[in-house]
Order: sequence, then C-alpha cells, then structure tokens
Amino acid sequence: MSLILETKNINKYFGKAKPFHVLKDISLGIKQGEFASIMGKSGSGKSTLLYILSTMDTDYTGELFLQNELVTGKSQQELSHIRNKKIGFIFQFHYLLPEFSVLENVMLPAKKLGLKTPAEIREEAMDLLKKLNIGHLDSQKASKISGGEKQRVAVARALINEPILLIGDEPTGNLDSNNSENLFQILKTLKDDKGLSLLMVTHDEDLAKRTDRTIYLEDGRIIE
Amino acid sequence: MRSWKVILEIAKTHLFTKLKSTVTASIGVTFGIAAYITLVSFMTGLNSMLDDLILNQVPHIHLFNEIKPSEKQPIALYKEFEDAIPIIHSIKPRQNQRKIHNALPILNDLEKNEKVLGASPQLQSQIFYLSGTIELGGNLTGVDIMKESKLSNIQDYITQGSIMDLKNTENGILLGSGIAKKMSLSVGRKIMVSTARGDRFHLKVVGIYQSGIAEIDDIQSFANLKTVQRILGEAENYITDINIKLNDITQAPALARVLERKYNVSAIDINEINAQFETGTNVRNLITYAVSITLLIVAGFGIYNIQNMLIYEKMNDIAILKAIGFSGADVQLIFLSQSAFIGISGGILGLILGFGLSNFIDNVSFETEALPTITTYPVNYNPASYIIGFFFALLCTFIAAYFPSKRAKNIDPVQIIRGN
Ligand SMILES: Nc1ncnc2c1ncn2[C@@H]1O[C@H](COP(=O)(O)OP(=O)(O)OP(=O)(O)O)[C@@H](O)[C@H]1O
Ligand SMILES: [Mg+2]
Repeated sequence: MSLILETKNINKYFGKAKPFHVLKDISLGIKQGEFASIMGKSGSGKSTLLYILSTMDTDYTGELFLQNELVTGKSQQELSHIRNKKIGFIFQFHYLLPEFSVLENVMLPAKKLGLKTPAEIREEAMDLLKKLNIGHLDSQKASKISGGEKQRVAVARALINEPILLIGDEPTGNLDSNNSENLFQILKTLKDDKGLSLLMVTHDEDLAKRTDRTIYLEDGRIIE
Repeated sequence: MRSWKVILEIAKTHLFTKLKSTVTASIGVTFGIAAYITLVSFMTGLNSMLDDLILNQVPHIHLFNEIKPSEKQPIALYKEFEDAIPIIHSIKPRQNQRKIHNALPILNDLEKNEKVLGASPQLQSQIFYLSGTIELGGNLTGVDIMKESKLSNIQDYITQGSIMDLKNTENGILLGSGIAKKMSLSVGRKIMVSTARGDRFHLKVVGIYQSGIAEIDDIQSFANLKTVQRILGEAENYITDINIKLNDITQAPALARVLERKYNVSAIDINEINAQFETGTNVRNLITYAVSITLLIVAGFGIYNIQNMLIYEKMNDIAILKAIGFSGADVQLIFLSQSAFIGISGGILGLILGFGLSNFIDNVSFETEALPTITTYPVNYNPASYIIGFFFALLCTFIAAYFPSKRAKNIDPVQIIRGN
C-alpha cells in the first residue's frame, strides 16, 4: 500500500543558546486508509511532531513526504495550499472563529480553496454537519455552542476539502467519555467509509488500542 | 488563486463585530480630511482673493518710457577712443519725453495682435489736490474708462458713482477714497487740482475709487484721458503708458520682450511685478499642508493603534486561518482591506464634512473697508483638492495599517496554538 505520509530522520531542537533536542531521528510512515495513534508521556514531543507533520512548523532537519512528494523546503505559500487542500487538522482546543456562524466556520477552507461554487460548498458543509448530528446548529455563532459540539464542528471543517490525511492533537482530550466515544466513532467511520488516513495523539490507552497502530514516543524518540 | 471574496468576507465580519473601533478609526480620518479640505478651500480662497486684489489692478504687460541714461554714451561713437577705457563722471539721464512715441499707431497695432485681449492707453500725471491752502500730492491718471473697465475690474473698486458717470462728465474725477476722506469730499462736490506747472482746474467728483490698498487710495484718482491731456496742455496723442491684457497670461514675459524691441519702449510683464506675491502664497500653502498633514498623522496613529489592538485580539483567529490553509499574504490582505474600508469611508465622510464646513465659511459675512467688493469669507472649491485629500486619506491609512498587517502576516500559528 502506498504511503500517504512519510518522514525520514526528522530532528528538532528548541532554543539557540542551549539547544534542547525535542525530536530525535523520527522516521515513520502512514499508509493510505490507516488509523494510527501516537502515545507518550507529557513533554515527549507529540504535539511538536504533529505541527511538523501538518507543515505548520518548518524549523526542523530531515525530510517530510506527502503522497511521496517532498514537502520539506517548499515555500510558505505552497505549504498553505497543501494544508488547505490535503490536510485536515483537529486541535485539542476547539479553535473556531468565534464571530462566524458554525456553517461559515465549516465553509471557510473550501472558500479559500475556491474550487466549488458557494452554493455547492454550503450544501456539502450542511451535509457534513448533519452527518455529525449538529445540522441544527448551522446558523449559531461558533462561540455559543458546547465543547463537544465545537469539536464536531472542527471535524466538519477539517473534512470539508476532502483531505487525504486527518491529524488530531488530543481531539478527545477535552471531552467527557460519552462525547469522546462519539468522536472516536466518527473518525473510525471516516476511515472505514472514505479510506481516510488518520493520525491522532491521545492519552487514552483504550482508544489507542482500537486504532490500527500505536506509535510510542519517549523523550523525542519512537520506541517499539 | 487569491480568494478575494472570502478575504473580504472575513474582513467585513471583523469590522462589524468591532464596530466601535471601526467607527473611531474612521472618525479620525474624517476629521483629518475635513480639516484639510476646509483649510485648503479657505486658504486658496484667501490666496486668490489677495492675488485678485493686486493682480487685477496690474496689467499683464505695461508699456512706458523709462527715464534712464543712454546705454551707448556719445564717446563710444569716436573711432579714436576705440581702444581706450572711457571714464565718465556724473552721467545724466538721457533727455527724453515721458510720452510714448507713436502711441496711437501702437495702440492700433496692439488691437490687431491676436495674443492681445486689449490695450488701454493711460496718461499718468503728478498733480496736487488743493483744499484751501493745503496741497496734497497725488496721481491723476487719464484713462479711456470704457476700455479700462473691459480690461481691468476697475468698476469693482468704484464704491460710489459709476464708470458711466465718468464717461458722461467731461471734467469728472473718480476720487481716491483716502483723499475724499481727508478733504471731506463726496460725490457731486468739486475739487481743485493743480499741475506741477501751477495751472489750476476745477473737477467734479463723480465717484469714489477704493482699491483696498491705503497707499494707493490716498493719492490715486482717475479722470478721462482727454481731460488730463487738457489739464497738462498736451495734444491728443500724449499717452505715457499702455496697459495690455493678454489672452494667455503665461505669454507675458516673452511678448513683453518682443514689444519692447518692436516699439522701442520699456515693458514690464506681470511676472516681474508679482514675483513677491508668490512668497505669501507659498507660506499660506505651507501652513495649510503642515496643519493637514499633522491632523492626518494623528489619525494615522489612531488607525495604527486600533489595528495593532485588533491583531492582538485576533491572534487566535489568525493562527486558525493559517492552520486551515490561508497564507500569510491572505491574512495581511484581510487587515489591509479593513483599513482600506476605514480609509475610504472616513475619507468620503471627510470630503462631505469638509465641503459642508467650507460652505459654511463661505456664507459667513466678512466686511472690511479695505476690500469693498468682498462681503463673505473667500472660499475656493477646487475639485483637485478633494481628489488630493481623498488619496491622501488612503495613503495615510495604508501606511498606518501596513506595519500591523505585516506583523499579522508573520505570526507563527504554532506558537499561538501551543500557547493555549
Ligand atoms: N517553544 C518552545 N521552546 C522551548 N521548548 C519547548 C517549546 N515548546 C515545547 N517545548 C518543549 O518541548 C517538549 C515537547 O513539547 P510538546 O508540546 O511536543 O509535548 P507533548 O508531548 O505534546 O506534551 P503533552 O502531552 O503535555 O501535550 C517539552 O519538553 C516542552 O517543554
Ligand atoms: Mg501536546
């Protein structure tokens, strides 16, 4: 099976005067349709790794490939486009634009991509919201819905451009067990139905066990 | 590939949710531009009023016979002294008549010249105004009043009587307002004048002339050309000055030189006379621009602060936008288009307010003895000032917003997302 995401010897340091080696020789691959989880102690470098994989952080050494294409060294403009089109990101805190409606939040990445008409985008966004059982919230201000609802809006936003890879940094971390299970089911369905590749950081051993593969990070190194 | 629509949408949402800051920033620009428009309109109005005051009384080209020494002294005619350096003491001006030789043919010739709007003959004479034993020195200028009124706006400066009164009264005089006051004379009364040779004449006051410049009004009076010729005992072709108005004032210097050679007279053009007024105009312009620029800079700082604050508040939004695929340039454009909106709306309101204010000033009554024809404050409505003001507003807001927007462009989303 072809690799959606691949890294070769990624190293990252923090600080100039007394460099702190956060990520050490990270080499990993995520296959098409694979649901991988990352676990590790607090401070082991999980978030740092995700920021690099999502192309937001470019300050590292080593190589990052998306669909076998080298991403490392591309311009900020190109990286923005890659994030827009190919990667969906769900944060631990539900980062929505508070002044926009739920529907507008979901539509934003698609409007930026500009491949579809506003009417088409609206329809697809509505579909996603309905699938995530929050269709009735479409015209609510994003700041006026609950945490679990916000997280599902974030998922809808991450999916609107039909990315090849969905990255989540503790997406269930702030949710109660009910909502957490709910979101996990949604992600699992996406993998099963759409063949989406997923990479998710979690502290929940049970959830991690139910993914295809778990990558353990310790002191910035992958351990088997 | 830039998605303008969504960028403007985001900009709009920010502007409307922060309506108070938006309005504050716009008002800053509005006041800056309104002040600029008002000041410029008033100052240029004042400038052109003062220019009119002086320039309209000054011909474009003035022909006369200058009293001066011969450029070629007689000794230069002697072949014997060709190689010598002559030293001449006490050179006297050349014996010359003040009258312009062949004045009437010159006038005819000038009327045919297509560059010339008109030419009016004058006879300037030094006389004394007599009142009992008091003698006041002054100028009595003989004019062809109908021609004169066509070429200069002399009628604007006749505060009592009219040019027709002068035309129809053979021994009439338009008396300078200063003299009239000193001698307690009014229209209908008679005044005695005396020539330098001592001949005395009675003239009837048919009008009062007031230029607004006291030095002139204290000495200057006008009478018909023929009357002055008669007083001086000179013939009908005795003319000392010819005033010329041109169709195009910018040709004055060149044409003055041509006429000088052609008619063998001295010619002064308006630029020589008026170089000094430029200085006053320039200083007033300088004040106008200094004040307006200061106001706009203050408005600019307001915008700068508000934009900086907005970007600080929207740090999370910026990070999210970047995470979901908006580039730094997109984010910068969001903030720049916001200030463009502030600049345009504030600018347009400023133009309207400025127009209103200058219109108000235009209607405030302003009466002064020095300026008989002015009844309200002078205001100039020049579309160019409005265009300049508007672009200035845009420039100012752009500069004020540029640096904050650049900061937004360079915000590192990872840092913000980690921060929470
Ligand atoms: N900007 C920074 N400058 C210096 N050190 C940093 C910076 N950001 C993170 N670190 C350090 O890098 C290490 C890895 O941080 P990271 O956020 O990746 O951990 P994590 O595995 O995601 O932890 P958690 O499970 O608590 O989220 C930590 O020790 C942290 O202190
Ligand atoms: Mg983390």
